[in-house]
Amino acid sequence: MDIDYQQLRLDYVRAAEQDAAAPAHYPVIVVGAGPVGLAAAIDLARQGVRTLLLDDDDRLSFGSRAICFAKRTLEIFDRLGCGERMVHKGISWNVGKVFFQDELVYSFNLLPETGHRRPAFINLQQYYVEGYLYERARELDGLALRWKNRVVAVAADADGVEVTVETPDGPYRVRGDYLLACDGARSPVRHLLGLSSSGQSFRDRFLIADVKMKADFPTERWFWFDPPFHRHQSVLLHAQPDNVWRIDFQLGWDADPEAEKQPERVTPRIQALLGHDAEFSYEWVSVYTFACLRMEHFRHGRVLFAGDAAHGVSPFGARGANSGVQDADNLVWKLRLVLAGLAPASLLDSYDSERVYAADENILNSTRSTDFITPKSEISRTFRDAVLLLAREHPFARRLVNSGRLSVPAVLRDSVLNTPDQDAFAGAMVPGAPAADAPVRAGGAPGWFLDHVGDDFTGVLFSDGTALAPEVAAALDHLGHAAIPIRPRVVVPAGTAPRLPHDLVALEDVEGKLAQRFDACPGSYYLLRPDQHVCARWRRFDADRAQAAVARATGNA
Amino acid sequence: MASLNIEPNIARPDDFYQALIDTHRDLSGEESQLLNAKLILLLANHIGDVDVLCQAMARARDGIRPAPTKVPR
Repeated sequence: MDIDYQQLRLDYVRAAEQDAAAPAHYPVIVVGAGPVGLAAAIDLARQGVRTLLLDDDDRLSFGSRAICFAKRTLEIFDRLGCGERMVHKGISWNVGKVFFQDELVYSFNLLPETGHRRPAFINLQQYYVEGYLYERARELDGLALRWKNRVVAVAADADGVEVTVETPDGPYRVRGDYLLACDGARSPVRHLLGLSSSGQSFRDRFLIADVKMKADFPTERWFWFDPPFHRHQSVLLHAQPDNVWRIDFQLGWDADPEAEKQPERVTPRIQALLGHDAEFSYEWVSVYTFACLRMEHFRHGRVLFAGDAAHGVSPFGARGANSGVQDADNLVWKLRLVLAGLAPASLLDSYDSERVYAADENILNSTRSTDFITPKSEISRTFRDAVLLLAREHPFARRLVNSGRLSVPAVLRDSVLNTPDQDAFAGAMVPGAPAADAPVRAGGAPGWFLDHVGDDFTGVLFSDGTALAPEVAAALDHLGHAAIPIRPRVVVPAGTAPRLPHDLVALEDVEGKLAQRFDACPGSYYLLRPDQHVCARWRRFDADRAQAAVARATGNA
Repeated sequence: MASLNIEPNIARPDDFYQALIDTHRDLSGEESQLLNAKLILLLANHIGDVDVLCQAMARARDGIRPAPTKVPR
């Protein structure tokens, strides 16, 4: 039986340090226990960074928030140790269908190939995601969670950040080397520091209805332009666990948000879609508007911003929560190295540049989707309708239909942390790309490539399955014991099982997909960052070049 | 970069022009707008080269009103 996470009360507990004369100190203070703050705090604690997580409320998410969690986010949750639970509970899907009026005009498959552990997406209510993250967080030593702890003042200086926290027992102060603000679109920390997030607001309103019903729609994303049951507007239908369905009706800017969420207005809209004898009950109804915003910079000295606090997007494309979790993924290993004295603080500037780049890509994609779904002018609507009319018979026009370009991780192609290619490679695994997954066998046990990389730098050597040259094996082992270690992984072809010295881990490329996806041949060597992004690759392993690439990827070059 | 061909390229210009006008016969203004949009999309796909298409868009706008400059963030 699942816990009802929407009803869960997280008790305020008075911490001993609230009475201490001098403020207590934590390497990192995270503000906001949403999906982004929880993911960041879990990752920090897992990587040995003592962390304080503050939240102003005593509840997790409730009602209708994020539901689509993307493949890359699930891979991050796998690294954090809670991906399996999410996928087990969630509804996996890869296919989306687009209808114009009463006809199917376009169908897309977001993951048309096999050999990936995770689907393109799962749908899972945000309260489950937060509930599972919360339970994962509670397993970790070195992570203090405090509810009903509201940040009311932030004073940052060269040495750290002092935070004043208001509690039911009155205020107390606490110090951190770094403060990570994951406190949402209205970010109190942002306001306390006098910073802003700016961009474009959209003049349209949408009705969201999460209804509980027994229905036999396939687990696909269905999107209608101008359907007979809701003329001149769009509608989105999506399945969630527990027989809950998300239905999203475009209403137009002139709709009255209060009146439109009354059941007597909502029920006829839903009956028009489902039929008049449909039986359903309401889980959640609201009317929303949205904006695409971002802060100019996500790093302000010792204060870092992530998730909606740093950037906001329209919901079409599931790029909000997903990009926030990817922010945390990008930042945590850098913070860990800086706090350990293994990298200069300037490494954190690459968090800013890489995730600002990703935010701009997300904003661009979601703005384009919004412009297609909600045309801003007569001519824009004419072209939109022309595309939809042509899409029925013309494959080229289907590519122009934009009902949401769904979240994919940014390829950090121009990152300063990358070592540019000197050797020729084909395919998608360019420096800056998140590593592709593939099935592997390690020590006889079937598993997945991504389970064997990350947290530390990982050096992936593709071999022909014969024994490694002793000097290569020794060099791989040596790199694995450096101050910033490069954990060695040796990929071997299916059916080979060479005995490797120095306890080197062999990954059997059981379907050959790993070598194919990385365009690797025997001798190719990939260097992956702790967040599993490629940062360098060569056709031949060379320990000095690998070390130089790690220096570059950690701001030590 | 390929460049937009602005030299004469249509063998029977008067036939083409008449066909273009005839295509819109008996249509309302709104229907003609829709036809034009479909026509542009079909031709754009045939051309395919986005650089060429952007040159054509800029030339088409030229002399009507200057394009708004993008405001840097």
